[in-house]
Amino acid sequence: MLGAVRTVAFSWRRGGLALIALLGLSTGGTASAQLNVLITKGIERPTPMAIVPFGWSGSGPVAYDIAGVVSADLKSSGRFAPISESDMVSKPTQPDRINFADWRLLKVDYIAIGTLTETAPDQFTTVFQLFDVLRGEQILGYRFMSGRADLRATAHRVSDMIFEKLVGVPGVFSTQIAYVSEEKRADGGKRFRLIVSDADGENAHIVADSPQPLLSPSWSPDGRRLAYASFEGDQQAVFLQTLKTGARERISARKGVNSSPAFSPDGRQLALTLSNDQGNLDIFMLDVGTQVLRQLTTDAAIDTEATWSPDGRTLYFNSDRSGGPQIYRVGAEPGARAQRVTFEGIYNARPRVSPDGKKVAVVYGANNQYRIGVIDAASGALQILTNGRLDESPSFAPNGAQIIYATKNNGRGVLASVTTDGRIQQEIASVAGDVREPVWGPYPRP
Amino acid sequence: MKSWLRVLVPVVVFFALAACKKGDTLPDSSTAEAVGAGAGGANTTSSSGSSGITGSPLEQAQARLLQTLVIYFDYDQAEIKPEFTQVVQAHGQKLASSASMQVRLEGHTDERGSREYNIGLGERRAQAVRRALMLAGAQAGQITTVSYGEERPAASGSDEESWRLNRRVEIVYR
Repeated sequence: MLGAVRTVAFSWRRGGLALIALLGLSTGGTASAQLNVLITKGIERPTPMAIVPFGWSGSGPVAYDIAGVVSADLKSSGRFAPISESDMVSKPTQPDRINFADWRLLKVDYIAIGTLTETAPDQFTTVFQLFDVLRGEQILGYRFMSGRADLRATAHRVSDMIFEKLVGVPGVFSTQIAYVSEEKRADGGKRFRLIVSDADGENAHIVADSPQPLLSPSWSPDGRRLAYASFEGDQQAVFLQTLKTGARERISARKGVNSSPAFSPDGRQLALTLSNDQGNLDIFMLDVGTQVLRQLTTDAAIDTEATWSPDGRTLYFNSDRSGGPQIYRVGAEPGARAQRVTFEGIYNARPRVSPDGKKVAVVYGANNQYRIGVIDAASGALQILTNGRLDESPSFAPNGAQIIYATKNNGRGVLASVTTDGRIQQEIASVAGDVREPVWGPYPRP
Repeated sequence: MKSWLRVLVPVVVFFALAACKKGDTLPDSSTAEAVGAGAGGANTTSSSGSSGITGSPLEQAQARLLQTLVIYFDYDQAEIKPEFTQVVQAHGQKLASSASMQVRLEGHTDERGSREYNIGLGERRAQAVRRALMLAGAQAGQITTVSYGEERPAASGSDEESWRLNRRVEIVYR
């Protein structure tokens, strides 16, 4: 089985917008792993709005349906209700052609219009403007330049800006998620894949492909690398893989458990769970550059699932030193004393800290039900956000407003997301196989 | 001697039948062979009494114990349950009898709770079996452990029966 893992490269092109391109190694790198988003719980009255199809000038057919992507993005957030194209009485592409009285009759609060222009071969200019229908005023306007391959990313950027203007927190439509899929092979074996896709599930790329389980992906803060645990050769090891090149490094393959990697906010350290000869799990910090390993916890209990506070000074982790799994926090220095954080409930596991450091998402187990909860880091107060039976692996979106997690629906592993106020829930199902272990990536760097 | 055999034969047959009934994976031929060996053993040791009588069924019980390669655990527990102590002991003795023999202990959990905590729990179960094997005479160098947590379930359902089957340590001879 050793060496049976295939890794696949793809690149983030820097400068302007992100381009994701498959470089090779695997011919089946895209497709099959697509996700579909379905809103399962929405707010009572999502904001009605109109995203008018963008005007097009250039050679040949429309280069890209920007408005279609923006409309789908905003609808999928559960906060907006874009009207369908067939309900639009007119399709203005310039501000002076908007008849606000018509749009008031249609009861839309906002209207977005725009144009897509081919200025040179593979050179496109996207202009969009957002108007408050009641006041008849522009509240947002922006121009982007990009190549054809970046038009989809441009559309996500438009969505992000509209979302931020109207909701007050940045949108996360331009971000990516990593997750693990499991499929049955024809020969009865299994196929595990580590996949990276856009936040809406599109553009899925296979990062690693193995007949043995893959788990616990962790993004580097710059979004260029993923650390994950793998069981190649009947032994667990932690790998570090560069997405652009597909190159990977076996960064920890000590005897026993090598799992639960978590990048520090500065990207220099990797928190890891390792076991000693007696099978005792403790948390270690591995310097990614120098390979120097330092032991952080020394308790005889299971200590695992470390995660860093955004300032890098504190780690939260799960330990059953009190008898059952509970969340603790400890300073990021060997010898620091751990403090218990959770006291509510008999099972609190898999902590993940919010981007502002104020909340900790956990798996909360009670009465044979495992749900996602959020703990106030200062007071320890717990709020339950989901109502599944087997919810696990919460991960905050970089805007802190949403949590993606894994759950089961009719025995199938699916992903789901919930807003941190609990008001909007989405289910994200894979077209083929079970999916789990979702981890939200950072904002793309400009 | 004759009255002696009258006692012995039913005892041997009883154990053989019990073996057939419980361990239905035992092929018929091996059962027949065991019965034959048992009867022969009893004949040659007729003078030394009871040791010949108990020797045969015990060997067979040992063989049956060694056929069990999966040890099951209670929810969130890593303690070897009483019904598996003999099984683990038999494997320990087998390893002790052959220093070149190697075994891998694969720890598993049911799907409930978090995946990484379950890696820890699976490791704890594998270690519990490892310690028991060593108590029975196995050497540390003969045993490796790996925990798969909930990643490689034996049963795929989300119900009590599937969970029971998934909370296990698999003993893999190499």
